Parts: sequence; structure tokens; C-alpha cells
Amino acid sequence: MNIMEVVLTILHVLIHFTVAATFPPLLLGIINKTKALFAGRVGPPLLQPYYDLLRLFQKGSVFSTTTSWVFRAGPVVGLAAVAMALLFVPLGHHAAPLSFTGDLILLAYLLGLARFVTAAAALDTGSPFEGMGAAREVTFGCLAEPALFFGLLVMAKLSKSLQVSTMLGDAVEADWQVAAAPLVLVAASWFIVMLVENCRIPFDDPNTHLELTMVHEVMVLDHSGPALGMILYTAALKLFLFGALIVRIAVPVSTVNGFADWPLFLAAMAVLAVVIGVVESVLARLRLVAIPQLLVAAGLLAAFGMVLLTK
Amino acid sequence: MTLLLWAIGLLLGSGMAALLVSRKSPILATRLAIGGVVIGCLLGLVPASAALYDWGIGANALSEEWMTELGGSLRLRLDPLSAFFAILILGISALAAVYGGEYMLPRNDAGQSKTANKKLGFAWFFFNVLVASMLLVVLARNGLLFLVAWEIMALASYFLVTYESEREDVCRAGWIYLVATHLGTAFLLIFFVLLGDTETGSLDFGIPLAGDHPARTALFLLAVVGFGTKAGLVPFHVWLPEAHAAAPSHVSALMSAVMIKLGIYGLLRTIYLLGTPEPWWGPTLMIIGLVGGLLGISQALYQRDLKRVLAYSSIENIGLITLGIGIGLWGWSADQMGIAALGFAGAILHIWNHALMKGLMFFAAGGVVHSTGTRDMEKLGGLIKTMPWTATLLIVGAAALAALPPLNAFVSEWLLYLGLLRAGLDFPDSRGLGALLAVGMLATIGGLTAVCFVRLLGIACLGTARSDEARHAHDAGPAMRLPMLILASLCIASGVLPLVLITVFSRVMNQILGADALANLDSTGASVAVLGWVQLAIWAAIGCSAALLWRLVSKSGTAAHGTWDCGFAAPTARMQYTGRSFAEIMAERLLPLPFRPRVSRTGPQGLFPGQSSFQADCSDPVTERGYVWLFQRVGNACMRLWWVQHGTINLYLVYLMVLIFLGLAWMTVRTWVLL
Repeated sequence: MNIMEVVLTILHVLIHFTVAATFPPLLLGIINKTKALFAGRVGPPLLQPYYDLLRLFQKGSVFSTTTSWVFRAGPVVGLAAVAMALLFVPLGHHAAPLSFTGDLILLAYLLGLARFVTAAAALDTGSPFEGMGAAREVTFGCLAEPALFFGLLVMAKLSKSLQVSTMLGDAVEADWQVAAAPLVLVAASWFIVMLVENCRIPFDDPNTHLELTMVHEVMVLDHSGPALGMILYTAALKLFLFGALIVRIAVPVSTVNGFADWPLFLAAMAVLAVVIGVVESVLARLRLVAIPQLLVAAGLLAAFGMVLLTK
Repeated sequence: MTLLLWAIGLLLGSGMAALLVSRKSPILATRLAIGGVVIGCLLGLVPASAALYDWGIGANALSEEWMTELGGSLRLRLDPLSAFFAILILGISALAAVYGGEYMLPRNDAGQSKTANKKLGFAWFFFNVLVASMLLVVLARNGLLFLVAWEIMALASYFLVTYESEREDVCRAGWIYLVATHLGTAFLLIFFVLLGDTETGSLDFGIPLAGDHPARTALFLLAVVGFGTKAGLVPFHVWLPEAHAAAPSHVSALMSAVMIKLGIYGLLRTIYLLGTPEPWWGPTLMIIGLVGGLLGISQALYQRDLKRVLAYSSIENIGLITLGIGIGLWGWSADQMGIAALGFAGAILHIWNHALMKGLMFFAAGGVVHSTGTRDMEKLGGLIKTMPWTATLLIVGAAALAALPPLNAFVSEWLLYLGLLRAGLDFPDSRGLGALLAVGMLATIGGLTAVCFVRLLGIACLGTARSDEARHAHDAGPAMRLPMLILASLCIASGVLPLVLITVFSRVMNQILGADALANLDSTGASVAVLGWVQLAIWAAIGCSAALLWRLVSKSGTAAHGTWDCGFAAPTARMQYTGRSFAEIMAERLLPLPFRPRVSRTGPQGLFPGQSSFQADCSDPVTERGYVWLFQRVGNACMRLWWVQHGTINLYLVYLMVLIFLGLAWMTVRTWVLL
């Protein structure tokens, strides 16, 4: 590699860091704006999540006397885990900063770590609300993980590689000519998983935490101040991560000029956020017993895509 | 070898001494026993680690005459496979002894009755005998010696399991354990007879057999059943939850961390002896492993008893180890040595990791039991406030068992995943698809493990205390804390230094596979070193994130208040989520039907509901639907012969006369035929 390529790679890594650090809350803003427009309201400004984060980081905290170090560790480890996971996901056309054989397992298990510590922190409060949220969260997570895995396996089989950057790299455009059906199934399955993992209707309502929608929002009920800000930011990062995975499969474009890929990627993410907003506005929340069924369906979709690849 | 013999001698000697002294002074007896175990284990660790590193200290073999008429001989040998398990045995036993010293000790010399003192003495005697016999099992190279040591191990552990023999459930558990282990040993008896060289009349083993040995398949199946019973493979696992829950906690730790691994040792020794496997052996073990994993964890997430949860989790992890061995055999038989190396590396690393984690968890659970007097997690809660050290270490152990990065179990599971993924990508058609579906199963097992351990640590340690026992718990003493701290540090260290471990254990893999395991691992592109660095980076990220939160919180100030309770001014501990409710969606609705608990409930009815009831039976499905059903059928069939036992002496004499007559007739016929 000559010096030009090295400089370009470093530049793209820096852009990766910057985009991953600053863009995700805008996704939340776009979703909320879309939902507001659908409801005939003006809605909060697009940059509202940024204002929320700034405000929360400056507020004081109230910690419950029942809680212990586990409660403080929840947002801390959650942020660290999701941030590390984002370092393995390629954004758009460019490879991720970190990549090694078998990092797809690490990606899934880092998300599992975030879920584990959030649920543990929720149980630390000793409140039945958080207990209910934690119970449902780990149960649904157990069902969503195989769907994520099967989708990654489809990509691995197509690209014959076990690194996420290679699986979701340049090969995806060619894969569409060869294996369009499995890719559609994987995209659909990952869309469902994204809605579940990120607390979207029809699985959970991000705006409320009544009993019907007690999954994610209620787990963080007792957090306040900077801890709550970290949780909000982690949620944005997680949404961004799943969105990046889907966008890479659905819109595998790459331009000649490496830098033009970034605005394309961001535009595609914005479109995905609008789609999520539309889905949230159009559908109603599912009954609780239907959620596992839909998750198993997502898993079966992806597994079927895997079977289709076997000749 | 001399050092190892000294170690065994010291163990047995200090055990005898403890027994003799126990009636007068239980504290002295305990100290004698612990001293003997610790010094013996330290002595033994020297040659064991030397054999693993190949430092060449002294001779590694011993061969003496003993019971030659029966085919026996005192043949001991220390090769890397034995050394690996010997290190585990010696290390965990030493820690368990130190822990058990405080766990079982009476408050003072005067407080106990003579019988209680004698019981304590016997417990330490059998503990030392157990450790010595386990060591002998891994060193033995003769079938008779192996079986004798195996039997001593089973009996010693039986007496330890039934330490609290005044309790009926403990006696029942001990009985089930005794029956199960002897059924397994019966298969091992046949195994060694088949293995033995009948021409020379000895039962020596240790050299791999010729490739065309006629009884290869029979030997493999007998080993799977016989050693699988000790290891806890499904469906021979039914004794494990009973025995491990009933035993004192340091014995449970020893059994779960080390003794069941001796079943895996036997399996690995058989694989080493049989050489290149048949193509169907690997997938068989993989299926047994996956089913065991699924059954183990699906039962674990519904149990009330802390130690039963841990016992079922042991069954699950043994399933994962078996899956790894299966992947190894599969790759080996298909001549894909990279996949074989991945499978065996994952299995061996998981043996090490699980010993550490399960030892830690049983020690922590024992601390809880010792302090609160109850194993029932529905009566616990808030332990992180009343016993912070124990609860924190329990949380570390739970996170480790859930195979989360950056702890140690993630590395071994990663190797298993990679083995399956490589098989999925490299093998064409349905074999590859099978491997990829196995990845999905493994992911499901991983998710269920997270459910189980969030439940364990959340209900037992966090929240508020649900009973007086939990409210007045006290933390474990230093003798109980030290082994836990050592194991927890080893867990964390094993997570960030996997390359060191793999390099050390590579001699074991080289011995089994007969090929350079590290080179084969590298050929698959899997880099354990990189994973170690990444795990370190995750710790660094957690550290940075913690520093960030600390900075922000200290800048903006904190206040303390009660948990937000939706305006209900008087929350109680009973309002918290219980263990049953946590696992309800998963266990009662989503698991496969045979694995679900049998629940009967009459919910509140009508506008002014009266009393309602809820009953859940979470006994083992294999016991209920398998063994109990089978034994009842056999029993009913045998009842048809009940008419034979009528109690009349005269007719019994007639039976005797008939049999004697038949015997004489048979002998006469034989003589005629021979003439």
C-alpha cells in the first residue's frame, strides 16, 4: 500500500469515528419528526435529541437507596459495549476500523452484553416495573439473537468470509445478482430485529412505559441525569448500528470517489429513519404474546434464506 | 512421579489423621486436613505443570506389579492430557479445601457433640480420599487400577454428598447418585474388558490402538455412555442436579468443577486410544452436546434452588464441551485439521474456563447458603448490600457463565462458533447447512444462558431482601473469600490472555490429534491473540466510560431517594419480580413442550376473587418422562411374577428341589454329550 492509500484509509477511519459519534441522535430526531408529521403535529425540532443529551449531561442525578454499583455499571458498560460494536460495523462502502476473523460473533455478543447489564441494572432497583421490563427484554433478546445470527451467516456464506467488514463490503453488490432472494429475506428479518432491539412500535412504544409497553423504556425508569443521557446516546448508537447493517444490504452503492459514499450513506440512513417513523405511525402495538411469534418468524425468514443458499 | 505419589500419600495420610483427631478437636482435624490437601496439591502441581510445559523434571511413568492374576498392574503415567486434568484437580481441590474449612467449621471446639465432630472428621477424610482418587484416575494406565480409583471416587463423593444425612432430600439425592454412578461404571467395566488385550491377559492401556481394532464402535459407544454418566451428558444427567444441590458447597464446587470433567477426561482418553474417528462419531457427539446444552439451560432458568440452577448450568456447559469435542472429531474424520483444532481448542479451553467459573459460583452460592441458611432464591434479595463481597463475586461469575465478552467463557464459545462456521463454509451441501443450523442453536443456548443468569443475580443479589434471613445476612469470612477472589481474577485474566492458555494447552491437543494444533488453528485464520487484545480493549472502553460517567456525575451532583414507585407510597419487597415471574414467558410459553415445567394454577375468579393457587413442578423432564416411566413399566411387568413370592416355606423347598434336580440333570447331559 502506498502512502496515498494509507492516508485515505486513516481519513476514512476518522470520518467513521466522527459519523458514528455525532450522527446517531439525528436519527431519533428524524423518526420523531416523521411520527409528528403523520399525526398532523409540527413535532420537536430535528436536533432535539442533541439538546436533550446536553441538558441531561448537565443535570444532577438521583440514585435510589436500593441500588448498588450494578445500577451505575448498567449505562457505563452498555455504552462501552455498543460503542465497541460500532467499531466493527462498516458504514456504507468503507471497511470498519476494526476487523478480524470471527468478529461477527463478537458483534452479536457485545449487543448481548449491553442487554445483560441493562437488565441487571433494572433489577437492581427492586421495582416490579423494571423487573417486568428486564424479564421481557432478555426473553425477546434470546429470540432475536438467532435471527441476527442467521442473517450474518447468510452474508458469511455469500462472501466466504468470517469478517463483518468483508461480508458487508464490496461483495454485496455482486451478491444481489446471484442471491437476491436470500438478501431480501435477510433484510426483512433484520428490519424486524431492529424494531425489536430498538424499542419501536409494533413491539414497544418508546414514548410510554405503561404495562403494555414495558420493555425498554421501563428498564431505565429510575436513571436520571448523565446516566440517563448515556442511555439515550447508547440507544441512538444501537439504532444506528442496526440501521447501518440494513442499509449496507439494501443499498449497496459505491461511488468512484470514496468520499462521496459518506453523504450517500447518511442519506440512506435518513430514509431508513423515515421508513421506521412511517412504520411506527401506521402500525399499532402488538399483543405481548404475538411478539415472540413475530421474532420466531424473523428467525425462520433468515434461516430460510440460509437454506436457499445451500445447493 | 515421586512428587505425585507423595502428594497422594500426604492426602490420604492427612485424611486419616483428621479422622482420628476429629472426635477430640474438630478444629485441629480441619486444619490437618486442609494443610494436607493444600501441601499435597502444591506438591502435585509441580510435576503436572512440568509435564504440560515439558520441563522434563523426573520420570513421568511408574510400573509395578499388582493383582496380575486379574490383569491388573500399578501403571501410572503423566502425559499432557493427564497433566491438564491433574492441574485442574489439584488447583480447585486446594481452593475448595480452604473454602470448606470455614464453611463446615463449628464456631468453637466445645460447641459440637461427639457425633457431629466424628461426622466432620469423616467428611474431611472422604474429601481427601476423593482428591487422591481423582488424581489416581487421571494417572492410571491400567483398567483395573482405573476402575478401582473410579469406584473409590464415586463412593467418597457419595459419602460427601450425604453429609447432611438427617435431611430426607439429601438421602434421596445420594441414593440417586449412587445408583447412577454404578450404572455408568457397569458400562465402563464392559469397556475395559473389551479394551483389554485378552491374549496377554492384562488390562493395560495407554498406547493408541491399531486402526482396525474390531470393537471400535462398541468401545466408543460404551465410553459415551459410561463416561457420559459421570460427565452429565443427556440423558444420563439426572443425578447431577440432585447430588450437586444436596452436597455441601465446597463439595459441590469440587464435583461440578472437576469431577464431572473426569468423565470428559475418559472420553478424551478413549478418543486418543481409538485414533482417527469414524465419520458419524463427531455429529453424534455434537447432537448430544447441543441437546444437553438446551435441556440444561432450559431447566436452569426455572429452578428456585440456587444450587440446582448452577447444577443444570453445569449440564449445559458439559454439553458445550461435548459439542466442541464433536466438532473436533468431525473435522478430524473429514481430514479438515483446522476445524478439528478449533473444536478441540474450544472444548479444552472451556473445560478450564468452566472449572474456574463454576467453582467461583458454587463458592459464592455456598457463602449465601452459609449466611442465610436457605438455597431458595425466592427468599433472597438485597444481598449486594448485606454481603457485598460474595454478591459481587457471584455477579462476576454469573456474567462469566453467560459467556459475555470480555470474560473468559466468551473465548471458548468463540472457538466453538468458529469451528462450526468454518465447517459451514467449507463443507458443501447439507453438512454445511447442519453446521450453520448448529450455530443458530448455539446462539439460542447463549440467549437462554443470559436469561438464566440475569435472573439468578437479579433475584438473589439485587433489589431488597424478601425475608428475614436475607435481611440479616453477613458476608463470608476471609477463608471463604480468598478462593473466590483467586478464581474471579483467573476468570478475568483468562479472558484477556487466551493466547497464553491456548499455547500451554496446545500440547494436550497435539497429543490427541497427533498434529500441530497451533499451526492448524492459524491456518483457519482464527487468531486468539487478536481476540485477547480486543477483550483488553473492551475493558479499556468500560474504564473510559466509567470515568466519563464519574466525571459528569461528580460535576453535577447527586441526591439519594427511594426507587420510583408510581406514587404508591409504601412499596414492599414482595412487590418485586420473583424468579418464577422472571422466567415465566420463556419457560412456560416459549420452550419446547417437553422442557416446560408442569404448572397448575387457579387464577382469581369473578368480581371479588377469593384464594387462588399456583403450583409449578420443575422436576427434570428426562427423569419424569424417561426413567420414572421406564422403571414403572419394568416394575409393573415384574409384578406379574409376584405370585412366585407367596411366603410358603414348603413351596420354597420345592423350588430348591426342582432347581437341584435340574442342575443334576444338566450336568449329566453334559457328561453324556462330552463322552
